[in-house]
Amino acid sequence: MKRMLLLGDEAIAQGAIDAGLSGVYAYPGTPSTEITEYIQRSKAARERGVHSDWSANEKTAMEAALGMSYAGKRAMACMKHVGLNVAADGFINAGITGANGGLIVVAADDPSMHSSQNEQDSRFYGKFALIPMIEPADQQEAYHAMSYGFDLSEKFGTPVLVRITTRLAHSRSGVELREPRDANALTLPQDKRQFVLLPSIARRNYQSLLGKQAGFEEDSEQSPFNSYTEGPDRTLGIIACGIAHNYLMENFQDGCPHPVLKIGQYPAPRNMIRTILKSCDKVLILEDGAPFLEEQIRGLLDESYAILGRLDGTVPRAGELNPNIVATALGRTVETGKPKAEIVKPRPPELCPGCPHIDSYNALNEVLRELEPGRVFSDIGCYTLGALEPFNAINTCVDMGASITMAKGAADAGLFPAVAVIGDSTFTHSGMTGLLDAIIENSPITVMIVDNETTGMTGGQTSSARGKLEDICIGLGVPKDHVRVVEPLKKNHDDNMRVIKEELYYEGVSVIIERRECIQTLKISKMLEKEAAK
Amino acid sequence: MKSDIILAGVGGQGILTIATIIGHAAVERGLYLKQAEVHGMSQRGGDVQSHLRISDKVIHSDLIPEGKADLIISIEPMEALRYTSFLAPDGWLIANRKPFVNIPNYPDHEQVWATIEAMPRSVLIDADKLAREVATARSMNIVILGAASGHVGMSTEELEHSITAIFQRKGDAVVQQNIAALRAGRAYADAKDLAAHGV
Repeated sequence: MKRMLLLGDEAIAQGAIDAGLSGVYAYPGTPSTEITEYIQRSKAARERGVHSDWSANEKTAMEAALGMSYAGKRAMACMKHVGLNVAADGFINAGITGANGGLIVVAADDPSMHSSQNEQDSRFYGKFALIPMIEPADQQEAYHAMSYGFDLSEKFGTPVLVRITTRLAHSRSGVELREPRDANALTLPQDKRQFVLLPSIARRNYQSLLGKQAGFEEDSEQSPFNSYTEGPDRTLGIIACGIAHNYLMENFQDGCPHPVLKIGQYPAPRNMIRTILKSCDKVLILEDGAPFLEEQIRGLLDESYAILGRLDGTVPRAGELNPNIVATALGRTVETGKPKAEIVKPRPPELCPGCPHIDSYNALNEVLRELEPGRVFSDIGCYTLGALEPFNAINTCVDMGASITMAKGAADAGLFPAVAVIGDSTFTHSGMTGLLDAIIENSPITVMIVDNETTGMTGGQTSSARGKLEDICIGLGVPKDHVRVVEPLKKNHDDNMRVIKEELYYEGVSVIIERRECIQTLKISKMLEKEAAK
Repeated sequence: MKSDIILAGVGGQGILTIATIIGHAAVERGLYLKQAEVHGMSQRGGDVQSHLRISDKVIHSDLIPEGKADLIISIEPMEALRYTSFLAPDGWLIANRKPFVNIPNYPDHEQVWATIEAMPRSVLIDADKLAREVATARSMNIVILGAASGHVGMSTEELEHSITAIFQRKGDAVVQQNIAALRAGRAYADAKDLAAHGV
């Protein structure tokens, strides 16, 4: 059998390809990006004609995957946890339409916020949508979760959510591959109105989804992702979800003396949970992310005093798990090495030397120095690092696209100047509709699109806006004379300041496109050019 | 056999290449491997680390428990000190001497070096200088791997074999440069070890 060394993300990608995937739809976001990148690089995926171009955002990705499932093929939408918020409308409704060809949504959560604004737990979304979920514990399970998940999706005619966390997404291990399966043939739903969510049909579909719940739970009781292991010491039982199981077993190299219920499929297996609760004096619940299962087991009244976890402080309420946190929860002493020397200073990420955003911020800062109390509403991308020293150039970063809409709201409140800074990729992700709002009301805002012609923060994926920004802005209704394009370079500093100043004083919507290619993608394209010339 | 290694440095310095070389050798020998990496935001000039675990038994956690690492390999001296709580009492710390200063409050260099040298089992190596002498400046990370190679659980031959396999796409000259860098790092650490034992 073929064996490969794969990141968790890559195991998901390879698993999907081998399970007969026809298309992946995604917007890049740490820690989910490598799934789609792997499929884009995969020779097997290319030979099979698997669709793998980037989508404008997670909502369009979710809906396109649903469309592919509608046509009978196996499809996948991948995103980070906050991306699922963007895709939520289509995601929840997909539970009501149901799936035709196997449909998997992968959400990569980021507990500890290594590269995110919050640490939401996507399992709540799966429960909210009333669909089955799989939470693999390691790279091998991540690989299997795909073929299993597609089968599950087709068996019940429902989407399936696969939930992973950063640590699994970005950790590498050996994975055994199975014989690949062919893609599905094109088939359409038998009921021509199944996907028409008019209230009368939606109500019928919703009943049908509710009717499937017992089946989901029964499947969960039999699932290879859920297992019960007996142990002689019943003073404690342990329920470990997904990757938490690894941290538990790390603490018991010779096997765990306590009964252990490993959970990797939801809805959680009620009978197995009942068994461990009945047979042990108390139960410790280990889950990476929120106390999702713990809250369900405790219930609203919290009278189940024998349950230990994040809610009673046995496990910290926030942050990802690790072997030491689990050891402490088990009441074991943790031996650490020398504490970190006091001289060690934090080293936060920073804009790369030579980054175009540096010149954009230098010019903007200098103009705004004379214009107190101007505020800069910014967004999510490399340019968010403008919030740090030495720039201190931006005042907000909330969600994709919020820069333009928040600037509008602040301008509506009377703030002058209200500036929005947004990247080219973020602009097409969620900025365009907000810009339209501002144009309709002629709100006095200046939008600076820092166009490095790529999605920089996640490693240089193609940006949907490439070559189209001016047309989009003019098309939406920004006056032609107030769509300005400048090149953020030191030598253009004075000229660029002048343009910024002019547009700040324009009493309507103006857009300044600060265009210079990301130095990281430039470096790569130059290297490829050199290699091609050899 | 087990080897738990923390690789440390600043985003973009090349710790993943070291992980790839050791990992390749481990897989060639049929060992289990888990390697946790840092992607995304922190990659841009921030502190980065990778947990590399190799064993002849099944490895559970992707993360090394604190106090259990056999080795810290760091491409930057202050970054080596960030992870000392992970090091086992008999663990080794191998670090590049050259600081990467991209923060205004970087500590006094002498103090950083002295803190590393005060560790019972440590090697501080001017990898940039050695790399320029025997290969090219870019092989700096391989010099550090060489200096650490006595403690990674893989033989020099196995590591050289991995270097050949990984760099062959870039041509014979690059392979030879990296092997020279590996050997120079190893020779430096061996000489230092002998000196420490009064030889």
